[in-house]
Amino acid sequence: MRGLRTHHAGGAGRGRGPVKPFAYQVPGDAAAAVRTVADDTTAVFLAGGTNLVDHLKLGIVAPELVVDITHLTSDEITDNAGGLRIGAAVRNSDLAADRRVRERYPTLAQALLAGASGQLRNMATTGGNPLQRTRCVYFQDVSTPCNKRIPGSGCSAIGGSTRGMAVLGASEHCIATHPSDMAVALAALAAQVRVLGPAGERTVPFVELHRLPGEYPERDTVLEHGELVLGIDLPDLPMARNSCYRKVRDRASYAFALVSVAAALDIEDGVVRDARVAFGGVAHKPWRAYRAEDALRGVTASEDAFRAAAEAELADARPQPGVDGGNAFKIPLLTRTLVATLRDLSRKE
Amino acid sequence: MPGVETEITLQVDGVARRLTVDTRTTLLDALRERLGVTSPKKGCDHGQCGACTVLLNDRRMLTCLALAVAHDGATVTTADGLAEDGALHPVQQAFLDRDAYQCGYCTPGQICSAVGVLDEVARGWPSAVTPDVAAEPRLDHDEVAERMSGNLCRCAAYAHITPAVLDAGGAR
Repeated sequence: MRGLRTHHAGGAGRGRGPVKPFAYQVPGDAAAAVRTVADDTTAVFLAGGTNLVDHLKLGIVAPELVVDITHLTSDEITDNAGGLRIGAAVRNSDLAADRRVRERYPTLAQALLAGASGQLRNMATTGGNPLQRTRCVYFQDVSTPCNKRIPGSGCSAIGGSTRGMAVLGASEHCIATHPSDMAVALAALAAQVRVLGPAGERTVPFVELHRLPGEYPERDTVLEHGELVLGIDLPDLPMARNSCYRKVRDRASYAFALVSVAAALDIEDGVVRDARVAFGGVAHKPWRAYRAEDALRGVTASEDAFRAAAEAELADARPQPGVDGGNAFKIPLLTRTLVATLRDLSRKE
Repeated sequence: MPGVETEITLQVDGVARRLTVDTRTTLLDALRERLGVTSPKKGCDHGQCGACTVLLNDRRMLTCLALAVAHDGATVTTADGLAEDGALHPVQQAFLDRDAYQCGYCTPGQICSAVGVLDEVARGWPSAVTPDVAAEPRLDHDEVAERMSGNLCRCAAYAHITPAVLDAGGAR
């Protein structure tokens, strides 16, 4: 094992040099944590740590202050106006195991269970999972230029290995994808994010939490520095009982999505009354497929109709050429994955 | 900025251990390098291999991605601390009976993870391969393979590990 004896404070592997020293604080409450981080541009929040601690070792981030908020937000799931209120500290494993989530929002339970490993799901939190950063290999390798890591340094992914990269909503500055499975289900379910900032609390629709890269790929979300996720609310959405999550990846378990689909279908007498669809693995954000939803409403359920919905959404898709053969395969793969997902849901009702 | 040191206490395999750690120290390095507890292993050190798995407050977690300072007061059970009154834990015994290893480097992590898996199944937690996510899971080969996917074995002893976990879980 490389660097075993010389690895006291991290820093072996692909990172450059040892982890930079940082102070560690546990504020008395969430408001104090927000003030502390908002006032210090070198400060970061620590929750489950599964992404942050890795990034410390890789040299992607070098905070001077780590503010532990693990015990400062709710770790409970409560009934809320016909929906559910999920505290930011609820672990991914507890959320996936919750009876109400499994029965009323199966797409969310399945998405959580499709992500990471059992150990990681026991650590990762509701607030942290959607804020995890891209697994773009160039972003994670500090020896290569990356506009998301160092703005203006260039994008090594364009023209590089693009198998895992975006086909929707990318820019000339960044073609990375968002890695979370959970976030795809939350986008389809029209969840709301409760956020605490220095000026107080606000609510952000989940579909507006993440950004497209545009000219500022370093900004993953619309959250300001110091804003803290308090929790996520799921709406009263009866059709979500007929929902699921389907993920396609290079191996059967413990791998990120090449493409994925979260979908809910309200169908009666073979006619689609309403639908919720979101895609993962194909964009800088969980991609809510509004055009596909519009194409589905009112149609008689059939594979042709489902394929037409996928084609409507993917009309603007732009595959990335790459030294590995590129990622044009994602368009037919995602089309087939959506068709299969909707076919399964239309047979259940 | 110089390194920042903090005093913490860990309950490791039934023994209270007090130590001073740099804030950067992972729980894995605190256990191995500071306390001499070498049962959890350092494989990838990036949360990808599972060799560092322990039971942290009775749940399986990765010590390479946990900062020691954030786990002051935690109870840590390593594979070394599973035996009670000199009798091997059923998972340990099953690994012996099934010859569920080759070089053995990943084994302490595999065993801690398997203890966690059986506890999670007993609580009725579903997995990605549970046919109906709302139903109770049934312990079978596919469930064990999926739930153990966070523990890599470079010797590829999986063909013995999976039956060992099934044995320990009382599956037929």
